Amino acid sequence: MDAFQNLGFWRTLLVTVVLSALPLVFILLYALVTIYLEMKVAAHVQDRLAYMRTGWHGVLQPIADFIKLLQKEDIISVAADRKLFILAPYIVFMGTYGAYAAIPFSSIFIGAQIDLGAFFIVAISSLVVVGILMAGWASNNKWSIFGAVRSVAQMVSYEIPTVLAILVGVMITGSLNLQEVTKFQAGGIQDWVIFGGPLPLLQKLLITPFTVITFLILFVASLAEVNRTPFDLPEAESELVQGFFTEYSGMRWALFYVAEYANMFLVSAVAVAYFLGGWGSPFGETLSGPVLGFFWFVLKGMVLVFLQIWLRWTLPRLRVDQLMYTAWKVLVPFLFVCIVAIGLILVL
Amino acid sequence: MIETKSLPTQYASQPGPVQTSSGKTLRTDEMIINMGPQHPSTHGVLRLEIVVEGEIIIDVIPHIGYLHRCFEKHAEHMTNYQQVIPYCDRLDYCAAINDEHSYVLAVERMLKIELPERVEYIRVVMAELQRIASHLIAVGTFGIDAGAFTPFLYAFHDRELILDLFEMTCGARLLYNYFWIGGLSHDIPPQFVDKAKQFCTYFRPRIKEFNDLLTYNEIFVKRTANVGVLPKDVALNYASSGPMLRGSGINWDLRRDDPYSVYHKLQWEPQIGKGEMGTVGDVWDRHIVRMREMEVSLSIIEQALAALPEGNVQAAIPKRIRPDAGEVYARTETPRGELGFYVISDGSGTPFRVKARAPAFVNLSVLPAISRGCMIADLVLIAGSVDIVLGQVDR
Repeated sequence: MDAFQNLGFWRTLLVTVVLSALPLVFILLYALVTIYLEMKVAAHVQDRLAYMRTGWHGVLQPIADFIKLLQKEDIISVAADRKLFILAPYIVFMGTYGAYAAIPFSSIFIGAQIDLGAFFIVAISSLVVVGILMAGWASNNKWSIFGAVRSVAQMVSYEIPTVLAILVGVMITGSLNLQEVTKFQAGGIQDWVIFGGPLPLLQKLLITPFTVITFLILFVASLAEVNRTPFDLPEAESELVQGFFTEYSGMRWALFYVAEYANMFLVSAVAVAYFLGGWGSPFGETLSGPVLGFFWFVLKGMVLVFLQIWLRWTLPRLRVDQLMYTAWKVLVPFLFVCIVAIGLILVL
Repeated sequence: MIETKSLPTQYASQPGPVQTSSGKTLRTDEMIINMGPQHPSTHGVLRLEIVVEGEIIIDVIPHIGYLHRCFEKHAEHMTNYQQVIPYCDRLDYCAAINDEHSYVLAVERMLKIELPERVEYIRVVMAELQRIASHLIAVGTFGIDAGAFTPFLYAFHDRELILDLFEMTCGARLLYNYFWIGGLSHDIPPQFVDKAKQFCTYFRPRIKEFNDLLTYNEIFVKRTANVGVLPKDVALNYASSGPMLRGSGINWDLRRDDPYSVYHKLQWEPQIGKGEMGTVGDVWDRHIVRMREMEVSLSIIEQALAALPEGNVQAAIPKRIRPDAGEVYARTETPRGELGFYVISDGSGTPFRVKARAPAFVNLSVLPAISRGCMIADLVLIAGSVDIVLGQVDR
């Protein structure tokens, strides 16, 4: 942000607004694509076709859905807490959108070059929990409260393994700045942290099993962070109707929806930046560059998003106590082992 | 006043009443929730009034009657015995053939008529096809209850093929009116036997695929094993029947124990729950019983098709059916259990009284007894494993 110092107030404001609008544009475009992808993947997993009528293979359907949601009547139940009810979706969206500031989309584009980037992302995306609790409480619906309480318990629990897994990445790369982290792995696929990073061969061989496990745990924990199957308890359709957004409709509902999809890419982006080389090309110098960097970053992120979708349409759902068991008695102890082992190998 | 039930130890937190300073006992954490009648997993318009402390269920009170259509009164006001059959279809709309079977069996026993062999064989084939279709709905929606959406569509895809067979035979896909008193409405079309055999060969590997996808899935087993255990004595005391009863390890199947049609001429064994993944009589056992019964049904269909004799599909019966005054109770093994029709005749052309003993209704009555102390997520699974059809519960 040093470049802004000579610009004067209004120009700075203008540049800031334009720059911060870029992730928003990305989120909206991405949400349209992913909603389409989700429906199509689900359909093909289930041996059917999904939308085929709106445009070629139904590509315009997400836009049609969006227009429909814009037109829908905005319903707020009489017994709801109006202020909180209206505020909640914005807070949820804000938490997700804010975190995009520190995502390194390419070597020349990152919203805010913060040295504590990873820390910032973890911290600000916790704001989502507040919004969800507000939504559940303000709806004044018993199912919503159940969904909200489940969601808070789940997201707070799963933040621990997520943060611990990121910590492993920090230990290896030595930085919390996601741009630095990415540059650290710039040498191509063999230098990615999931394969031990650019270390001497012996260390690399020793460290790789632990980094792979850590990456898998990060992926599992991130599924829970974004409430996806098999951890979709907060909105467990067959139990809690729609969970915390049962009472929402129209654009407010759509905001939750977009925030959920944006969150899916967010957790994938963190995993990509720390473990899969960020915007770095898998072939080292070949096919790298700012624009291709953006391509690689989005591609890697979308692969993880695709995996999330795939799992959602395959697996059943865990029960609340099993969910907590998985977080505290499986993921966290394994991560502690990984951290200790990786620490020892790095010191050697 | 609801008694606090002792809770299983598998849940760490034990909610309990709070003593106030004035010595009163307050149940601070209790909440009453209405699950249904519009809820995704009550399988129709069932309303469960549940008392919960946190996520743990203290009591469940099923409220029924949202789909009451006065079936029994209607049956008394028809102009003849035949006209009751379409109403029987609408009891258990997932297994209409089996409903018809019970009713026509009752009337035929009153009339004391002999049916042609061919009729009995076709009836067995149809009843077993319908059993597979019904079990497919049961296990498919059970997957949704557990959070897995995809098995449901796999199940419905295969059910579609069975419905095609029915459509080919009698034109209807859901409510058939195919079994008539003294026979069938039509003979099966010429290509039916081949198509049905093709279906059997196609469907066997699909059962295995379904098992791989859902039944033996680690998460699914964790969710269903040791949940909603229905012990043998409770199952008997509540007069459960069908997969509910067999899931609890009781070897009782009306097709074998109170033989009707030609089941006694075919080789097959009833399937019972063995507690492979947990306790005998848990939700998983009920599920696996349904899965295995589908395989048994396939084998029955294949045997019946192989032995299908030629002949007439309608016995010689009087044009106006007037059974002698008297009463009869006839029961068959439907996908949900023992469906019995108690028919009283006063010697006129319309039944004096038709009482249906609906297995879904009887099985539902055991729900509160087996779901106290479990979680909301478990209640959804238990209700799914009972496999109720509200059309039959409310009649």
